[in-house]
This record gives sequence, structure tokens and C-alpha cells, in this order.
Amino acid sequence: MAVLDAPRIVTSRLALEDSHTLARYLATGGYEALRKALSMHPEQVAAEVDQASLLGRGGAGFPAGRKWSMLRPSEVAYLVVNGDESEPATFKDHLLVERDPHQLVEGVIIAAYALQVNRAFIYLRGEFALGLERVQAALNEAYDHGALGRDIFGSGFSLDVVVHPGAGAYICGEETALLEGLEGKRGFPRIKPPFFPAVQGLYGEPTVVNNVETMSNLPWILLHGGAAFAALGAGRSTGTRLFALAGRVNRPGVYEVEMVKNTFRDLIYDPALGGGVPGDRPVKAFIPGGVSAPWFGPDQLDLPLGQDEVAGQGSMLGSGSVVVFDDRSCAVRAAWRITKFFSRESCGQCTPCREGSGWIERAMYRLEHGGGRVEDLDLLLDLCDNIAPGLTWPPQQTTICVLGSSIPSSVHAAIEMFKDEFLAHVEKQGCPFD
Amino acid sequence: MSHLRVDLRQRAEELVALYPRPRSAMLALLHLIQEQDGYVSPEGIDEVAELTGTTPADVRGTASFYDMFHLEPVGRYVVGVCTNIACLFAGGEELLAHASRRLDCAVGSTTDDGLFTLEETECLADCGHAPCVTVNHRYVRTTTPEAFDAMIEEVRQGRRDHEIPDHGTLVRVRRNGGLRVPDEVIVAERAAAKAARARRLEGAG
Repeated sequence: MAVLDAPRIVTSRLALEDSHTLARYLATGGYEALRKALSMHPEQVAAEVDQASLLGRGGAGFPAGRKWSMLRPSEVAYLVVNGDESEPATFKDHLLVERDPHQLVEGVIIAAYALQVNRAFIYLRGEFALGLERVQAALNEAYDHGALGRDIFGSGFSLDVVVHPGAGAYICGEETALLEGLEGKRGFPRIKPPFFPAVQGLYGEPTVVNNVETMSNLPWILLHGGAAFAALGAGRSTGTRLFALAGRVNRPGVYEVEMVKNTFRDLIYDPALGGGVPGDRPVKAFIPGGVSAPWFGPDQLDLPLGQDEVAGQGSMLGSGSVVVFDDRSCAVRAAWRITKFFSRESCGQCTPCREGSGWIERAMYRLEHGGGRVEDLDLLLDLCDNIAPGLTWPPQQTTICVLGSSIPSSVHAAIEMFKDEFLAHVEKQGCPFD
Repeated sequence: MSHLRVDLRQRAEELVALYPRPRSAMLALLHLIQEQDGYVSPEGIDEVAELTGTTPADVRGTASFYDMFHLEPVGRYVVGVCTNIACLFAGGEELLAHASRRLDCAVGSTTDDGLFTLEETECLADCGHAPCVTVNHRYVRTTTPEAFDAMIEEVRQGRRDHEIPDHGTLVRVRRNGGLRVPDEVIVAERAAAKAARARRLEGAG
């Protein structure tokens, strides 16, 4: 049975009809964490977050406190929130921006104070039309409430926050591409080094880029203390985390669960969570952390939901998106569709990614739709090896950003796990599941 | 003479003022052009170039990178059906094929009456309601062919216009005023905070 007694850190208000309004936010303890933070020294606020050992919730899982400590001292610095949520089957930030925008805004103000930054931008993917409205409305209310603008709550700290609309580009979730979008350019990831925007970010100035969920955790951490947060979970995976569960489950949705204390099996089968597979069919495979992650089989269902636990088995918890396949889900079709996505979203700067994704997509298409050959399996593995040499995990990188090295994950896993299915596609000259 | 309507021109200038550099307003301004013209029109491109201090070629080159910007006219309602992984498992491909038959329009094209454009989209982050369907980027949550048909009929009759505005992602986004913290205040605050921190470190040391 799942362990579900942990506090709800970021989803406590989501079920309320008016959860997005200032009135509801204030009635449920809103902006008290900010008042507390402003009564502390900035470095004390940063120390609480460091003690919480909050891992970034965007995908890479980099410790937020460490990222903050890398901010290069400068006369001008920025805070940017990454709300470009576009990893397929990831839909947790969508919920947070629409249903609890004040929690996000309060987190942003706390972070800006800790970092002593006076300009912040919230980058939301352009498809979040309602999210953009809700976050802007929350910012307007926060200004009127004295939580934003000059001399916040009489503290002597001032901050302006601007919400910035994206316009449909997966790659802008990559932080340096996001900064290019924020500078009004094509979303081309920047060449590394410099590796960290904290050294050279927006307009070349030091910039901290944090995910929506990461920011939304801050009010709770300030109110209850970093130690209380760190007491949840285990090892490096502290606190709770949002899991976006999709695919072949009875109750797809976003669930907040304590890190490590539950397993993938709990998430998929617990009646309060995924509620099992429709028709009680068996789980054939699942993607543990977004389509950039290698797949897992039923043997790994009892793996705890923790960053290092999943990494140790050769995949990643990534964006917190879990997609379930049952025995009637076609692995070839799934891997083809994921590759089609990468091919479409490749920005085109690097040859292995731009050309490789298209080649793989075309080979996978013909396997799925008729015209596949036995040699295609070797061809596919060779193409994957050209993008991420050695097909190791974590992958070797031949491209400016990790979109390239994410391409082989699904195809490689599908061939390793379901070679017979590929051969059946060749034999039938089409999809045996049709 | 501005191509943007007076009210949109004012919003455009307010958006530019929110950023340290005018070019940063590029994506927001292109959304405003689509709000007025239904697509990124050549006249709109010229105006965005003027507002951002760039060239029309630069604006077009930027706009062409982003899926939401249409460089050619589209229908009044852009219908998006997702077929990515979560929607694939929920019948997204079948729903897209149904939509194409129902609207009598190939995927990626516009109906003869200019009312609908049908697009196959990538993940729109609403996978709890798969397959995901949007109209002008509003989630309509019609996951079955029957619900889709009923929705299309309502849209055709204009009965959904209150929740599905024309092509304006920012059509209801209004900031109540510009930036409140002038640069000189930032400079003064940063200097004061730095001095206070130095005193604390000295006191602690």
C-alpha cells in the first residue's frame, strides 16, 4: 500500500474552486512565508533552502541551493522561472500555474529576496493561455497587496516580476534556449561553456533559472523550515514531488507523493493514485521520467520514486512524468511517435540531432506502417550510437544541448526490451496490434 | 501610421517598456499581431521590427521558429489535436482522423469557409484529459468523437466565443501598470544590502 501521510506541500489548495485568487490564498496562510523571509537576512533564507536540499523539479534535478550559491556577484542579476513545460506527458506545472499562481509568485519573491535580485521573469509556454491570465492576475493582486513593487511589506526590498509568453517550442524548456526566447530570439540553445546561466545568463548577466514546481515549494520550506522538508523522503531525494501519471491507467492525473517512500507500483495501482490498469491488464513497460528517459519493464515496478534510485537502474526521474504501457500498447508505435516529436522539435543547430532524429523517425515509421526490414534494427542502433556514442546512461553528448542525447532513449529501450515485436512488424509488414 | 489598432499599439508600447531591452518583447508583440490580424501579417512584421529596433527579416526569422505563429492566414478557429505519447494511448490518432473527416479538411489545412484550421499538435500538457483538444489554445476537453462533433457545432454557431477568443494568447492578459522599481532604486538597494551583509560578516568574523 502507498504511504500517503506526508503533508501536501504544493497541492494543498488545488481542490478549492477559487484557489487562484488572493482572497483564498490569504485565507489559507498565503504570503506569511514571505513576511517571515523578509524578517530574515537573505543568506539565512538561502540557508533554509540549502538545508531542505531541494532538488530542482524541472528535469535535471540539480540542487536549488547550490544553483543559487553559484550566482556570480554583479551589479545586475536576474531570476527567471522556467514554466515552458513541454516534455510529453508532463503536466504538473500546468496545474500549479492555473490553480495556485499566488504560491508560485510568493516563491518567486522569496527566491528573489534570497538572491537579492530585483527583476524576475516568469516564462510560461504560450499554449498556457489561461495560465498566463491567472499568473498575470496574481501578479496584479500581489502588487496591490504590497507583496510586489517598491519596499515590499516595508522591508526595504523591491521587486518587479514580468510574465513572459512563449510561442510553441519544446526546446525553450532548455534553460539557455529559454533565455534566447526571453531575449526575443529564435530558441537556439547556447554553446557551453559557460555551463551555468548563474555565471552568464540573460543579456550575459548572472541569472538563476528555476522550475515552477521548485519555486512553489519555497513558501512551505520557509514556513516549516528546511529541516522539516529534508525530513521527508530519503537520501538526496527530499520532500514531496509531483508525478504526472498518464497512459494506460484508470486515474491519470497529477499526484503529490513523498519522495522514495512509494514505488512505481504504488503510484500506478493505489486506489487513491493511478487506480490500476484498465481491464486489469498487465503493465508491459513504463517510462519513469519523461520521454527523454529510457523505459523500464515490470521488473522495476517496485523501485522507489527517488532520483538516485531510478538513476541507479539506468534511467531518470526527470520531469516527473510516468507513462504506462499495457500489453496492448505497441512499443514500436510508441517509440516512433516519441522520435517524431524529437525530430519535429530539434532546433536544427547540430547535425547528429537534426539529421539523426529524422532518419530514425523515417525508419521507425516504415517499421510501424509497413516496409520495415530486419536490417533496420541494426540501422537504428547505429544511428542512435552516432547521436549518443556507446549508448550509455547517462548518455554521451555530441550536441549543444541534451535534446540530442535524449533521442536514442526510447528507440534503444524498445529494441532491447521488445526485439520480437520489431521482428513481428517486419514479418507482418505492419503493426500486429492493428 | 500604425498598423496596430490604437488600443493594441498602446498595449504593445507597454509591453516593450517591461523589458530591459526592447527586443525581449518580440514574442509578446507577435502574439498581439495575431490577435488583430489572425496571423503574423507582413504589415505586422514591419511594426514589430519598428517597436523592437530590429529588421522585418529578423522578425520573420524569429517568428518562423515558433509553432504558435502562423505566417500565412489561418481559419478563425485553430483546432489542435494532440497525438503525442499520452494521447496516442488514448486514441489521439483516431480522434485526429475523425476531426479531419468531420471538418472535411486535411491535417494542416483550412476549411473552405475559412472557419477552421486543423493541426496535429505536440504535447499540450493536459494529459489527464487525453486525447487533448484545443481551439485557439483553449482546452476544450472533448475526448470522444461525439463530444468533438458537439463542440465543433457550438463553435460554428458562435456559442463558445466567450471562452474561446480569437487568436490572442494574451487577449485577456492585462498588467495593471508598468514596472514600479526604477533602476536608481535597484542600485541604491543593492548597495545598501551589500554594505549590510559586509557588516554582518564583519560582526560574525
